[in-house]
Amino acid sequence: MAQLTMIQAITDALKTEMKNDENVLVFGEDVGNNGGVFRATEGLQKEFGEDRVFDTPLAESGIGGLAIGLALQGYRPVPEIQFFGFVFEVMDSISGQMARMRYRSGGSLTSPVTIRSPFGGGVHTPEMHADSLEGLMAAQPGLKVVIPSTPYDAKGLLISSIRDNDPVIFLEHMKLYRSFRQEVPEEEYTIPLGKADVKREGKDLTIIAYGAMVQESIKAAEQLEKENYSVEVVDLRTIQPLDIETIIASVEKTGRAIVVQEAQKQAGIAASVVAEITDRAILSLEAPVLRVTAPDSIFPFSQAEEVWLPNSKDILETAKKVLTF
Amino acid sequence: MAAKKSQQFDPVETLNAIEEKFEMVQILNEEGEIVNKEADPKLSDEELTELMNRMVYTRILDQRSISLNRQGRLGFYAPTAGQEASQLASHFALTKEDFILPGYRDVPQLIWHGWPLHQAFLFSRGHFMGNQMPEGLNILPPQIIIGAQIIQAAGVALGMQKRKKESVAVTYTGDGGSSQGDFYEGLNFAGAFRAPAIFIVQNNQYAISTPRELQTSAKTIAQKAVAAGIPGVLVDGMDPLAVYAVTRDARERAVKGDGPTLIETLCYRYGPHTMAGDDPTRYRTSDIDSEWEKKDPLVRFRKYLEAKGIWDEAKENEVIDKAKEEIKAAIKKADGAPKQKVSDLLELMYEEVPFNVQEQLDIYKAKESK
Repeated sequence: MAQLTMIQAITDALKTEMKNDENVLVFGEDVGNNGGVFRATEGLQKEFGEDRVFDTPLAESGIGGLAIGLALQGYRPVPEIQFFGFVFEVMDSISGQMARMRYRSGGSLTSPVTIRSPFGGGVHTPEMHADSLEGLMAAQPGLKVVIPSTPYDAKGLLISSIRDNDPVIFLEHMKLYRSFRQEVPEEEYTIPLGKADVKREGKDLTIIAYGAMVQESIKAAEQLEKENYSVEVVDLRTIQPLDIETIIASVEKTGRAIVVQEAQKQAGIAASVVAEITDRAILSLEAPVLRVTAPDSIFPFSQAEEVWLPNSKDILETAKKVLTF
Repeated sequence: MAAKKSQQFDPVETLNAIEEKFEMVQILNEEGEIVNKEADPKLSDEELTELMNRMVYTRILDQRSISLNRQGRLGFYAPTAGQEASQLASHFALTKEDFILPGYRDVPQLIWHGWPLHQAFLFSRGHFMGNQMPEGLNILPPQIIIGAQIIQAAGVALGMQKRKKESVAVTYTGDGGSSQGDFYEGLNFAGAFRAPAIFIVQNNQYAISTPRELQTSAKTIAQKAVAAGIPGVLVDGMDPLAVYAVTRDARERAVKGDGPTLIETLCYRYGPHTMAGDDPTRYRTSDIDSEWEKKDPLVRFRKYLEAKGIWDEAKENEVIDKAKEEIKAAIKKADGAPKQKVSDLLELMYEEVPFNVQEQLDIYKAKESK
């Protein structure tokens, strides 16, 4: 098995599905000859040709519309939005069009599109590159939203996303692209969408997180272990739909939970998770379910990123509040 | 490109020269006379009467739809009278393999492409079964977001090119739609890929109430093709022969691999924007109405066909009776559709029903079975 970074695992998944299904098309800004600004599509054009891997004019709305139209001709488009902060330009194609295609046509037409896009803070990008906008997507019925936290998960989840017959937003945290390597099987495998993963087992507290916050949560859990607390970390992996079963089973076991997201606190995924827990497991709870999030400002200019983004220290503090309630 | 010395280059002159090039193509004038013999598409008598059939039928469909809407028996409806040549003569140049991406006023083209009339009525009433497209019918449901269909057309066209099909993607919008960013992106994408698309802007003079001159400083909408590096044509949208001819030519170019075309059809809608409370007297005078009525596509085509001896009142009445009968039957069929349930809609959200939707589905199914 090869030790791969997340970006390599993503390229591997794209290659696997391009080989498996000739209807898979990869396109976007600079994804062809250049292999994408992060090299996620490195070598694909050379291997699969310009007909299947191609650069588009620079217009996100056009890329979204192109994907819908290609899907109507039986293709399985995997467009890249270069940075997810540019999603506002393509919101109608995503929310107004592809998410509604199945519903609008009474089930007779579909949009099996997987939109890949980098996002996430901590890498000192200019404005509108790093924002956590997954909540916008998760609020749209008809979409699935996937956010892997490891190279292994990235490959299996991306293959499942491409094979899914509904539109999937596949968000890749930039900080995770090359931050660590993991053993990733060379052969194909899938990880079902809508299934969370217990990344670390524990008995006293459940930390529910996704994306880059999973690693921060694991760090906090390791610290807490030194203080004799046994902490479980649940990686959501898919934030729409949520894996209620795994979340509730964990909370019923530990009786205490915190939810961590990199996004601002207002109207977020963490709030949804807290609501699901109180709806379904209130009698198992021994403490309030607290959230660790970024503050409710616009994503900061890069000098303030380190203090603005939630980290393992913030998680540790909140975890202790809940553990000692 | 050879550089030109700046003092010799007059951008205003360049613009004026381009704008002057966009003259309106007309073949059949208001009197029903051929004014441009070389451009006459020379349709057979059978084809000419079929096109007239469709225009007369559609005028009746419009009248009946308006009246059914007023009786509360139809829902959302955007009137089409005045745009028959623009809609049906352009469609007449297509084949069943061509894919139509319509705006919400383009129900007639969809019907003549094969959308069953009762389904169009169900769409109007907001029933999901209206948009359940029969296998092999190459259309999208009417688009509500202005311009969204234009970029999708570039995608369908690119897909056809990749599949090596000999067909085209045809999309319709109005003069207002030509102001949307998606309009420019669609033209530009299709141009960059040389994809087989036809973009038809039915310039009916008003985007709800906003007159055409407020949409753009450009003298014509057709000239916007120049910026995308694709051919653009301005055509008399009240002249069925001219609309047919320019669409046929655009289709031929597209299928040959010569890329997309933008067509601006100059036309007029006699009715309101939609039946949802728009009052055209707030933004148009009856003088303007009667000026356009003189250009009516049915009137001039009728004159032309009568002079050729292939159309008369009896023929027209036959079409009118047929239309009324079929509309009546289609409404009856639409009335027979099962009542729409929330559970139907929840089931349509995803291929595999996820946990959250399943929970709600169970609740609604229990409620609905009571």
